[in-house]
Amino acid sequence: MIDRKDILETINMIREENLDIRTVTVGISLFDCVSDDKNRFLSNMYDKITRTAEKLVPVCNEIEKMYGIPIINKRVAVTPLSLVGGKLDSDGYIEAAKTLDKAADALGINFIGGFGALVHKGSTKCEDALIEAIPEALATTKMVCSSVNVATTKAGINMDAIAKMGEIIKKTAYLTRDNNSIGCAKLVVFANVPEDNPFMAGAFHGVGEPDSIINVGVSGPGVVSSAIRRAGNCSLSELADVIKKTSFKITRVGQLVAREASNRLGIPFGIVDLSLAPTPAIGDSVADILECMGLETCGAHGTTAALAMLNDAVKKGGVMASSHVGGLSGAFIPVSEDAGMIAAVEKGVLSIEKLEAMTAVCSVGLDMIAVPGDTSEAVICGIIADEISIGVANTKTTAVRIIPAYGKTVGDSVDFGGLLGTAPIMSLRKESPEIFINRRGRIPAPIHSLKN
Amino acid sequence: MKSRAVISVTGKDNVGIIAKVSTLCAKYGANIIDISQTVLNEYFAMIMIVEIDGLTIPFTEFSDVVSAYGKENSLEIYTMHEDIFDSMHKI
Repeated sequence: MIDRKDILETINMIREENLDIRTVTVGISLFDCVSDDKNRFLSNMYDKITRTAEKLVPVCNEIEKMYGIPIINKRVAVTPLSLVGGKLDSDGYIEAAKTLDKAADALGINFIGGFGALVHKGSTKCEDALIEAIPEALATTKMVCSSVNVATTKAGINMDAIAKMGEIIKKTAYLTRDNNSIGCAKLVVFANVPEDNPFMAGAFHGVGEPDSIINVGVSGPGVVSSAIRRAGNCSLSELADVIKKTSFKITRVGQLVAREASNRLGIPFGIVDLSLAPTPAIGDSVADILECMGLETCGAHGTTAALAMLNDAVKKGGVMASSHVGGLSGAFIPVSEDAGMIAAVEKGVLSIEKLEAMTAVCSVGLDMIAVPGDTSEAVICGIIADEISIGVANTKTTAVRIIPAYGKTVGDSVDFGGLLGTAPIMSLRKESPEIFINRRGRIPAPIHSLKN
Repeated sequence: MKSRAVISVTGKDNVGIIAKVSTLCAKYGANIIDISQTVLNEYFAMIMIVEIDGLTIPFTEFSDVVSAYGKENSLEIYTMHEDIFDSMHKI
């Protein structure tokens, strides 16, 4: 018989502590959609996406009811479009983005990812055309997300691509200026990008993946912070155990949902992403966990240590709970999507430099950070290059999702609505890295990439 | 092994909560195998475990019917398949 205490604990996690399944993402390969005729390619793509994920939303709704756990996002990730677009020019890619948007709309999903390119060593004409199309594509679609991988530990850092992305981000901010530059919230620049990440804006269906696959991202910062609060005044060794146990429980629910979705959709199960993904809701915050661990405010000295421990314990607890783990796996620190992070920035405690240090020990990177609209391209490139270097040097994924909010300055904030939240504009150093960035070329791969 | 679900009911205490939920179970073929219930400061909390193999309507519809009764009577009622509890608490 199920234990009464366990029942109450589970119900409490879901009803009071915001436990949810953050996303069920279906990865779909578009390789068999390729055609030398643009319209045929677009219709192949539309048909395959809408056919493969046809039942995604109704099945998720059924699972939600069956287990009583909310599934917040239903998403689709496709093969990076630059790999299947063939001879499309930039206008062709913009049309392709609109087709993706139409498919997402027909399915009733929240986002579709894969309008992207992998250019860590260099770019092809297809990739150049796609990257050129990003600003217009993001400005004229609602649900399409874009990601560009500009570096890997094996290949080094493509500084030409970083220089280009500085320009693309500024242009995207400008084209979506009437809507708080929201286009930039759907665009992320990666190092060591994972091929099975279910989270947006970086989800795409990697080249080593099967025809279609189910990847699930869990959430639950509120559950972890409540468990830490209940643990009271204990040592860090004991606290690590509390986090591990909680993470195990959260991930088991992700595994259950992933298995059920896979069975019902007839699509193989890929991975569970062991994540602590915050939302702007009060109590659903990673910053709040760090503060429960004993920091006066997130961003105080000690934050990096606390986050490193949290991130490690989440993985250790989660890894045993799922048969396959992947994606980004770790704690997310998107500023605008986390009420505690927003408060810490507004207090002047959490700076971009501290965030950068935090990204060295957690799962992603500088995420959902709004900066003044007049920030130069060179400064944005400098921020990207710094963050990407952390990933390359530490053989981990890092990313930058930065919003130079058009017409806004320090003291303002931008509201994106929904899960994307509200971002206070953060101050940056204004000194220019322009000459360094404009040297172009590649930063060579670090010595420890030579493992063979 | 038969499939089971947990029906949890919380809210202000009132006459006939158990009777009504039990009637709904009987009407749709959910076999009650365990009930535990407490009232604390006029606050009612019940956990009911039912077998759902004999349901005469789909599980999701049954869950809707029970929740709808809850809403009409200012009670929070959730019906959840037991697998979520087993997954979370048993290795």
